[in-house]
Amino acid sequence: MRARVDGMHNRRSRGCCGEPSPRSRAKILQVLNFFCLALVLLGTVAVQSPAQVTFERLLNSAKEPQNWLTYSGDYAGRRFSPLDQVNTGNARTLVAKWVYQTAATGKLETTPLVVDGILYGTGQDDRAFALDARTGRPIWLYQRQLPNDIRPCCGRVNRGFAILGDKVFLGRLDAHVIALDAKTGSLIWDVAAFDYKLGYSFTAAPLAVKDLIVIGVSGGEYGIRGFIDAYDAATGARRWRFYTVPGPGEPGHETWEGDSWKIGGAPAWITGTYDAATNQLFWPTGNPSPSNRGEGRAGDNLYSNSLLALNANTGKLNWYFQYTKHDEHDWDATQVPVMMDIGGKHLIAQANRNGFFYVIDRSTGKLVLANAYGKITWSDSKDAEGRPVANKNASPTLEGHTVCPGAIGATNWMSPAFDPQTGLFYVTAREQCDTFSTAPQPYEAGHAYYGSAYFPSDEAEPYVGALRAIDPMSGKVKWEFPHVSPSWSGVLSTAGGLLFTGDAEGNFIALDARSGKALWHFQMGGEVYASPMAFAVDGKEYVAIAAGSALYAFGLP
Amino acid sequence: MAAAACAADDRNPLAGDPKAAKAGEYEFRINCALCHGLGARGGGRGPDLTRAHKRHAHSDADMFQIISNGIPGTAMPANGTNAQGVGMTDDEIWELITYIRSVEVKAPLQPIGNAAHGKELFYGDANCSLCHMVNGKGGRLGPELTAVGGARTVEAIKESVRNPSRRLAWGLTEPSKEFAQQYETITVVTAEGKEIKGVALNEDHFTVQMMDTNEQIHLLEKDKLRSFKKSRESMMPKYDASVLSDKDLDDIVAYLLSIGAQ
Repeated sequence: MRARVDGMHNRRSRGCCGEPSPRSRAKILQVLNFFCLALVLLGTVAVQSPAQVTFERLLNSAKEPQNWLTYSGDYAGRRFSPLDQVNTGNARTLVAKWVYQTAATGKLETTPLVVDGILYGTGQDDRAFALDARTGRPIWLYQRQLPNDIRPCCGRVNRGFAILGDKVFLGRLDAHVIALDAKTGSLIWDVAAFDYKLGYSFTAAPLAVKDLIVIGVSGGEYGIRGFIDAYDAATGARRWRFYTVPGPGEPGHETWEGDSWKIGGAPAWITGTYDAATNQLFWPTGNPSPSNRGEGRAGDNLYSNSLLALNANTGKLNWYFQYTKHDEHDWDATQVPVMMDIGGKHLIAQANRNGFFYVIDRSTGKLVLANAYGKITWSDSKDAEGRPVANKNASPTLEGHTVCPGAIGATNWMSPAFDPQTGLFYVTAREQCDTFSTAPQPYEAGHAYYGSAYFPSDEAEPYVGALRAIDPMSGKVKWEFPHVSPSWSGVLSTAGGLLFTGDAEGNFIALDARSGKALWHFQMGGEVYASPMAFAVDGKEYVAIAAGSALYAFGLP
Repeated sequence: MAAAACAADDRNPLAGDPKAAKAGEYEFRINCALCHGLGARGGGRGPDLTRAHKRHAHSDADMFQIISNGIPGTAMPANGTNAQGVGMTDDEIWELITYIRSVEVKAPLQPIGNAAHGKELFYGDANCSLCHMVNGKGGRLGPELTAVGGARTVEAIKESVRNPSRRLAWGLTEPSKEFAQQYETITVVTAEGKEIKGVALNEDHFTVQMMDTNEQIHLLEKDKLRSFKKSRESMMPKYDASVLSDKDLDDIVAYLLSIGAQ
């Protein structure tokens, strides 16, 4: 195992004893030659070096179900594994195979990638690791000392890597994007996207598309101006940036009052999806700033809380759909949008934080249906295009009043799953209403900028949660699996007819994807703030999830 | 950096600065009001911070320490680790402390009742100690109340006596979710047909850990039970004015405050 710690010293000056002399260098070369010879001789037993992860492999991820190549498992965002070795018939025999401890405090939100037997994960404080996916034994570790004054909103979290070629890519809390050598964890390039002191950070896993690394910024609590960036995977050079808040002269700029656009928020802190047929990225955006106060930013506040269809080559906007106009409840639309083709229609579906399940025609950006999948009180009507419209009582007041869903939303960033076998969309839902309060607050660079906050509501029922199965054709909830308290776990569906999810009480649960019946569970001893994934090595299927400060892998005995 | 150096000096570099107090008010609303209430007047589970006397913090430096690191064994989290709000910088913590100092009520707390009589009632006619423990003496079925006088507002304590179920219904966010589950009333019928009623100690989708009215702990798997019922109706009886007069309630609260302040 090799530990890589860059940052305090630059790489060239790491050695305390200076560069090796020419003579000792010659000796080193001799030794290396010997080892090379030995490796050639031992070639038959050496583990094969992983092949390059090409764009073609990412496009055709279904052809290599043993690997998990992108945050959501495929470009469609389905979080569906074609593996079926673990299935409804044998799930009850699942056992823990290994546990990897990050030995860090705080939430572990990673979805690891697996390529040809090696697992790549990220953790708290932007640490990162590569493990032998069969055993959980580390191959390399990466961590850099972060500045003391970074401004993460909601914990020092990271959700995962992107992989392309022989590099893995990570967005850091100090608003840098970096590339690491997938074999060693060595830093290849490091680019500062923005000044972290102003509240910009990265928490989401990037998405590799063609030769680009695409990532959305975090910081909707700090009055940032949101953006989605694309970097050259080879060099780190920025190829395009799409500002999610339009500047003067750009369409949509008129939806912001005065100078409010400069600090308008609209971050993009979850990984989007990609449609190769149209070369479009579908990327959702977050709340306008300040999150709990609409005064001072009159207008729809485009493109906050929207789904954006961007040309992958240029970052040019093709169309947008705004889920929540002029949001005052912190209802980021940062939920993975899932592409599905049903009845010849090219659709994209999202279970939104505002409590509605939306299906959109992804060719046009037009709404197909919007249906509530939990308790909502903010809307009781729809406009001519079928979009839910906020009622008069929804806006926060100084002393506050109760609105459903609450500030955390009917769901949040945890991944949904779409199972092509059942045709159902699965989402972790939360039933929570909150008292929303608002108060004037001046913007001060780098300081939290909420315009007040939210509180538990006197009128509210106890908070509960559920995994809900939604029929995307009707938007109706078919069944639910109740959680004792709301869960921050995403959902994985597999070709074995199974769903996997975690809960706030530390259970990892396998369910029948058709009925929602629990088939197996394991107590992991830590709350889940992550989404599960599946992979296979040597013909054996594993299902992995983070809980507490550890990553767990399960398989058949 | 300057603020961190001042922390070592035990002095608030922003003490008394009205601009800092205003900035601190924004921080308070975002980070603290969820538990400590708007205006720092106390909430369902955080103490009233306008009280000049605080149980855990006397100096500004104490307060800095507590905001930074939390209070072990309580719902008070370390800075930046709760689901609510964001991590604050040292400067922002000093602003917050300046704000809290600015809303403190300097007048000494008026005694609200006769603490000695309250103690008699607590261990006697009011039957509180059958289920509640104070300083190691009393029952185990209900919450331990030694610290409650320092941790809850007078209004919250009174309300939880007059209307105990209402407090159980408070929605809480994850870091303290066990508070929401604790003391829910659980009624089960075991496979053998035995009914057990008590309070939840903990629960997940598959199991429940509960204490019955005889203070016996039961560890149960839900799918092996004939029936499982959970209720937000507290097992604590409602003490309305016909059972416990306003004056007697004041005396009991005075007793709890006198203990909680120690």
